[in-house]
Amino acid sequence: MSLLKSLMKTCRSKSPWLFHLNTGSCNGCDIELITCLSPRYDVEQLGIHLEGSPRHADILCITGPVTRNTLEAVKATYAQVCEPKVVVALGSCPASCNVFAGSPMIEGPLSKHIPVDVYVPGCPPHPDAIIEGIARAAAILAERGVPEKEKA
Amino acid sequence: MSVSGLIQLLLFPGLLFAIPAGWFYVWGEHKSVALMQRRIGPPMLQPFYDFVKLLGKRTPQRRGIDANLLRLWPALSVLSMIGALALLPVFPHNGGFAGDAVLLVALLEMPSICFILAGFTTGSMYGEIGAIREAILSVANNLVFLLSIVTIAVTGDTFRLSGIASNSMNPGHWIGIFGILLCIPAKLRLNPFSAPSAEQEIYSGPLTEYAGAPLGLWKMAHGLEWVALTGFVSTLIIPAYGPWWFHVIAFVLLSFAQVLLLSTVSAATARFTLQSAIRFYWRWAAILALLVAASAVYMRYRG
Repeated sequence: MSLLKSLMKTCRSKSPWLFHLNTGSCNGCDIELITCLSPRYDVEQLGIHLEGSPRHADILCITGPVTRNTLEAVKATYAQVCEPKVVVALGSCPASCNVFAGSPMIEGPLSKHIPVDVYVPGCPPHPDAIIEGIARAAAILAERGVPEKEKA
Repeated sequence: MSVSGLIQLLLFPGLLFAIPAGWFYVWGEHKSVALMQRRIGPPMLQPFYDFVKLLGKRTPQRRGIDANLLRLWPALSVLSMIGALALLPVFPHNGGFAGDAVLLVALLEMPSICFILAGFTTGSMYGEIGAIREAILSVANNLVFLLSIVTIAVTGDTFRLSGIASNSMNPGHWIGIFGILLCIPAKLRLNPFSAPSAEQEIYSGPLTEYAGAPLGLWKMAHGLEWVALTGFVSTLIIPAYGPWWFHVIAFVLLSFAQVLLLSTVSAATARFTLQSAIRFYWRWAAILALLVAASAVYMRYRG
């Protein structure tokens, strides 16, 4: 049993699939995240894969300060990612709303609405920092497992 | 079922060989594309990690979708691919029955049909668009695929796979193999025929709503498709004589060579629109295949 558990842990940490959600970001962080997939940084060697559907993903990467229009999308997307899941807040906006703090159109910070596991600060963060953040998220994912009460 | 049939189903080229081989071929595809792009690429066990991880995901019950039907399609794809692999004439003088080529063609088509049905089962817009694209592409490439198999069968004068596989001297045989090779990218949904699962347009097409273990089964079915389709071409190329270990080694090496060839084509080309794909198969390839098949039939009945 413990062998199976350790196998599952290894596989989870080595196969983190991402779903990227923009909640009103200026595109700065989005560009830096996409840079990680380029040949220079090549995150595929860590098993990291950017997925088109939140149902395939393990890690939800959120950029932007959560505008009023995107709040429902954030909640719906979070609900669609299957357990076990980890949330990474990319950049300063989801962490603190950054320069948009105090605006009536902003519903952030992100942690008011969904639990955030890893913050990657920066405006925008460097690709190296993003990769480190995702690697930490993968380590959290490996330890997390499926919540007992929600097992089918 | 005979002992050799059971060995083919369970050991080689069936279950025990095909699942790790499928993962290895999928890795080979990703790794070779990565090397062509001057990246390092994924580790060799990546498809295995992905599969085990997907098994451990919780997939909640969805309203409005029949969960059993959703699981049925990938399972059916995996089973039909294992069946197809068991039919492959890796050892040409061993087993087989009259008309098994027809059964093989039907089994090779099953993943495509399941893919289409899965798209409609999920009820997602992207799934339905992907399913329609797959259906159109399947009609387009199957004309050439079937004509190629008819050419090979007529030149070999048999629909028995072991007979077809041991007839490797005839020019019609080689043109048929070329025709099958032209169809494999469309059957595996690789570039330039990747419209059904075009990730930049329709996310993952019919697989968009899939998650967890059923998604893992789809990935496994895709790996098995790689093994079955490249394996089928390999068995047609390998000469019938020689000891059993020669057939095994040649089968694996030739299949992997095709993986590298198809990955190169996939990395070097952009995605065709559906219209261009149909034009490719029906205007150019089909006319050529029809001519070759007709001349093969003519040659057969003239002499």
